[in-house]
Amino acid sequence: MHEMSLCEGILQILESESARQNFTKVKKVALQIGPLSGVEVDALKFSFDVVMKGSLAEDSELIIIDMPATAWCMQCAETVTIKQRYDDCPVCGSAQIQVTAGEELSIKELEVD
Amino acid sequence: MCTVCGCSSGNVKIEGQTKDHTHDHSHDHSHDHSHDHHDHSHHDHDHSHDHSHDHTHHHDHSDEHTHDYGQGPAHAHAPGLSQARMVQIEQNILSKNDEYASTNRAFFNERGILALNLVSSPGSGKTTTLCRTITELQDKHVCSVIEGDQQTANDADRIRETGAKAIQVNTGKGCHLDGHMVGHALGSLNPQEGSFVFIENVGNLVCPASFDLGEAHKIVILSVTEGEDKPLKYPDMFHAADLMLLNKVDLLPHIEFDVEKTIENARRVNPGIKVLQISSTTGEGYGDWINWLEATLALATTGHSFKDTAEKQSDVEMSAVAE
Repeated sequence: MHEMSLCEGILQILESESARQNFTKVKKVALQIGPLSGVEVDALKFSFDVVMKGSLAEDSELIIIDMPATAWCMQCAETVTIKQRYDDCPVCGSAQIQVTAGEELSIKELEVD
Repeated sequence: MCTVCGCSSGNVKIEGQTKDHTHDHSHDHSHDHSHDHHDHSHHDHDHSHDHSHDHTHHHDHSDEHTHDYGQGPAHAHAPGLSQARMVQIEQNILSKNDEYASTNRAFFNERGILALNLVSSPGSGKTTTLCRTITELQDKHVCSVIEGDQQTANDADRIRETGAKAIQVNTGKGCHLDGHMVGHALGSLNPQEGSFVFIENVGNLVCPASFDLGEAHKIVILSVTEGEDKPLKYPDMFHAADLMLLNKVDLLPHIEFDVEKTIENARRVNPGIKVLQISSTTGEGYGDWINWLEATLALATTGHSFKDTAEKQSDVEMSAVAE
């Protein structure tokens, strides 16, 4: 359940940004989450509502922007899409692939008042 | 929960520390406040200045316009977000933890300390491995330990029996140690220059993978009584680790466990991972493990002048790390 700590991290960022960018209420939060980030999106959604209760982001809407996981296949010499870290190349079946994206875990933007 | 530093003050307990929290809290609070105030008066000032300057026409209009432009959504944003006021953040959710972790890392680097983060499932033999490792290193090296568990100080007590310094961190509801908890623990532990700091994480193969503590290496311990496919089931952890200790190999004659298959699975997730086979009950394989530790410590201490006076206790102020 480290999704709970992640939500606490999100709240900290919201609070420091609210002072810096002058807003008092957060209405929507857009997150970029890659499939290799180790985050269970359902658990994150559940924790989000719990953690945001009583804060400047209470009842805010959580928007998840799915990011693709990609890897560089040495055999194909091309970027391919993968699902898990240990996947073989979906084109040629080689195990010689290097993950290039999919570990994203960031707040992209907010809708605020 | 303390929303400033992120640790849940009601749950996290670090031995010998109780009051650091109130300090953090009040400090940050007053800081924020005065900052806001400053912004406000600054803004007022600008406003009146503009006004007196541009007297004749509806310059208010253009002024508002530029203001909107700066805050508004000038480019595409996430679906579901309206044209209301948007704020671009683009910040990693773990950035706060990463900041604490880099402070810890700098602390270790400055003192030539080798910090290792030990991760595994519960029951794989982390504490037994640590006790034996410390006993074997003790003649030549100083070791100290940060013990992470949800509850009890049992593990820290076991470590102290070896004669090494240990600090127990109880994470309460938490499933992992984070950079901030380790920073606090370092304040109490005050590890010596050129020494080993072992961080025994909470027994959990999922969450500790994501949280950097400032360590030089994550070491994953897998015991042969677990499944061969553990590296595939928990790929994030095996991907994050630099070394895998395959523990309890003394049991191999009695159970069905395919060592080659396990190593192959680990390399599938992390082609660069090193694997050592050990038994913390019999001491089998400890030669290689101790060699690895000493070689890695040698790298961490290279270039530090204290090597000549290894016995000298560090007198550097520690509070900076635990702030």
